[in-house]
Amino acid sequence: MSLFEPVGVTHYLIVGAVMFVIGAICMATKRNALGILMGIELVLNGANINFVAFGSQYLRTETLGLDGQLVALFVIVLAAAEAAVALAIALNFYNNHATIDVDRADELKG
Amino acid sequence: MVPSEWLPRLLGIAVLLPLVAFVVNVLVGPALKKYAAYLSTLMICLAFVCSMTSLVLAWLPYHDPAPAGHGDSEPHAAATSMIIPVADQPQQAHQEIAAYTGYWYRLGQFGSLHLDIGYYIDSLAVCMFCMVTLIASCIHFYSIGYMHDEESEYTDHEVTLSDGSYLTRPGRFPRFFQYLSLFCFSMLGLVISGNIAMTFVFWELVGICSYFLIGFYVERPSASTAANKAFIVNRVGDFGMIIGLMVIWSTLGTFNFGDITKDEPGIFSLVRPAEHQHELIVPAKMVQEAASEKVAEIVQHSESLETALSEIDACTDDWRKEGYGYWLMIVAGLGIFCGCVGKSAQFPLQTWLPDAMEGPTPVSALVHSATMVAAGVFLVGRFFPVFVPEVLLVIAVVGCITLFMAATIAITATDIKRVLAYSTISQLGYMMLALGVGGWMAGMLHLFTHAFFKSLLFMCSGSVIHGVHTNEMTEMGGLRKKMPVTAYTMLIGCLAISGAGIPFLIGFSGYYSKDAILEQVFSFWRYQPENAGWGALFFLVAAGSAGITAFYMFRLWFMTFAGAPRDQERYDHAHESPKVMYIPLIILSIFAVGVAWNFFDVSLTNLLEQARPLGTAASVQGEIVQQWWPDEHLAHQEKIVFPVTLIAFGTAVTGFLLAMLFYGLRVLNAQEVQQQFHMVYRFLLNKWWFDELYDFLWVRPTLLISRLVTGIDRRWIDGLIDGLADCTKRFSQWGDRWVDQGVVDGFANLIARWTFNTGLSLRRVQTGQLRQYVMFIALGTVAIFILISLFWSRTLAG
Repeated sequence: MSLFEPVGVTHYLIVGAVMFVIGAICMATKRNALGILMGIELVLNGANINFVAFGSQYLRTETLGLDGQLVALFVIVLAAAEAAVALAIALNFYNNHATIDVDRADELKG
Repeated sequence: MVPSEWLPRLLGIAVLLPLVAFVVNVLVGPALKKYAAYLSTLMICLAFVCSMTSLVLAWLPYHDPAPAGHGDSEPHAAATSMIIPVADQPQQAHQEIAAYTGYWYRLGQFGSLHLDIGYYIDSLAVCMFCMVTLIASCIHFYSIGYMHDEESEYTDHEVTLSDGSYLTRPGRFPRFFQYLSLFCFSMLGLVISGNIAMTFVFWELVGICSYFLIGFYVERPSASTAANKAFIVNRVGDFGMIIGLMVIWSTLGTFNFGDITKDEPGIFSLVRPAEHQHELIVPAKMVQEAASEKVAEIVQHSESLETALSEIDACTDDWRKEGYGYWLMIVAGLGIFCGCVGKSAQFPLQTWLPDAMEGPTPVSALVHSATMVAAGVFLVGRFFPVFVPEVLLVIAVVGCITLFMAATIAITATDIKRVLAYSTISQLGYMMLALGVGGWMAGMLHLFTHAFFKSLLFMCSGSVIHGVHTNEMTEMGGLRKKMPVTAYTMLIGCLAISGAGIPFLIGFSGYYSKDAILEQVFSFWRYQPENAGWGALFFLVAAGSAGITAFYMFRLWFMTFAGAPRDQERYDHAHESPKVMYIPLIILSIFAVGVAWNFFDVSLTNLLEQARPLGTAASVQGEIVQQWWPDEHLAHQEKIVFPVTLIAFGTAVTGFLLAMLFYGLRVLNAQEVQQQFHMVYRFLLNKWWFDELYDFLWVRPTLLISRLVTGIDRRWIDGLIDGLADCTKRFSQWGDRWVDQGVVDGFANLIARWTFNTGLSLRRVQTGQLRQYVMFIALGTVAIFILISLFWSRTLAG
């Protein structure tokens, strides 16, 4: 495989992997709750790219077909719902603690 | 009305009406107050109407009571002078007894054996129904007056409380009538019952009613003791009766009196089969039962069952001649008679009846003189065809002892009701004696006449007690001016019981029945070919006691009603009873005069003659005792009737004159005679020391044994049980400590501790650091991938 070949599934997979890793690192390092939410979005979208790539008829002859696209759509819908809930939690947390530092949210620790 | 249909219906309704009153009074009696009494009275009156209807409309039109067989035997017997005529069988051979047998409800069927609620209706049962319901109706009315104290709160002057005051309790007016109704139901059921088992059930029911009514004033110790005594003494008799029942059931396989169908013969036709001219024989089943060893031998030696059965049938007659089974007849008869001894207060179980006078007087009149105690005589009469001569002799001896003993005791008693109680025992003894010497008719006739005049006498005495508030005759005297109706109705009763009458012409009811008994005893004596000891004794005792009867009855009347008052205060307070009480007295006195009159075809004698058990009029001889029981019709001959009537009249007049001299005119002084015959007087006053004897023989040993057993129970059995309980307690404490607390609890605690420690050690993982969790997830994922890739192989992938 080389980068100089015509654009194929492999390229998409690389972009998706990079986005996934960036997202994961973002979740692991950020103390700001909003940053973590962004990391989550990156992780989800990195995975989405993989689905879209496997579902595209232009890239492979053996495709998942519309299944891949549909799963991507579901993930987007889920991400939207999850973002709404997570933002609500963040707002409430801010109301109670006047901060959105996740390290401060350790009241239930063992 | 067809009698076979209407008699069971009408009499069945008559039985059930008092039961309705009883049930209603049990359920809502206290709320009904005095209407409870009216209900009971109404029901018994309706029962009387039913009984009279069945007699007049269902019985008489179909059974002409004109005398039938009398004329035939007279010339025949007259020809033989003092020689027993050999039983004139052909006369009876084709007779059919007028009785209706059947059942209302079949209780149980065990193969060919069955048990019914059945009926046996003959003229005796119909007459008993009329008599019982009539007397009971009179007594219900009388009780409304006599018991009126009980309508509101009642103060019992014979019960003193610990603080010295008299007991005051709520009145028991409805309860009294409730018991009376139950009694009427039981008595009527006893009369109509079609088998001996049903008789036994009602027998016990009247017993329990008697117990309730004797113990009506339950707070008085004397009343509750008397109730217990009556109940226990009756159990002794009933024990014998149960033995008799067992013999009958196990050998004959039926309890029915009469034949229900041709295939189900009753006791009567088994014992006196028509093919033997109704002569008393031991039934085949009883013979085979007694000869069971020989039966077994035949069965072993014969080839098939059929031949064995036919051989047994062939041998039965021989065995019967050898005497097999005869003793079973004796046991059955004596057993049944045992029950009658208890119920009819015969020697040696007579002690309960005088004590039973603790009950209210209407109860004494109904239960303890007219009906219930007569049930024993009734049952002997019902079972008469089954009694073999040996049993009859026992009955006669018991009756003879009883009538003499009770008559002598009655001379010295001063309690007005006790005199009457002993007189009842004595008269019951007369009935038993009559039955025992073969006088079925005489015994039954006296049962009826006695019921009327004795209930009359008791109700008169109740009226006196109601007026003067004491039972002691020594505190009475001269009362005829204060209570004339009571005095003169009682005089009629006294004349009736003494057998007063103009010889050979007319008399009170007792004149007929008592003379019939004496004639029967006399003919029993005169017709013995040899060895006439028993007969002479019977006749002398019976005739002598007839004089004593007249003496003590007029002693009672004179002491109560004649002469100067002995207690002025009581005399001044005395008053005639209300109308509701003395009108029944007048009704009963009419019957006491005329119930036995024999001037028309429809008379009590002719009616009862229809119910005479088949074959019992014939002369018989005993197998073990060598006595003759002469034909009952032989007692009606001139040479018997003439001397006996004169003797009876003479003794009665003697008794009356003696009473007149001692108590009427007070010419002779009874006190002097008492001192003259001090020992005899003491002996009689203490009732022949029977109570003391029984106390010494039975009561004390029983109490001693029970005290001993109580000691064993308290000390040993209780100790054992306490020890066992203690052991169990200790064992369970040990079990609790070791098994429950140690093993079971320990196991549960161990698991809990493990769980707790695991949780404690895992809690550190929960740091609360979000970023750390993400790291764990990422690293964990990576680690899982590395592990999978390390151990990946084709085989794992399948």
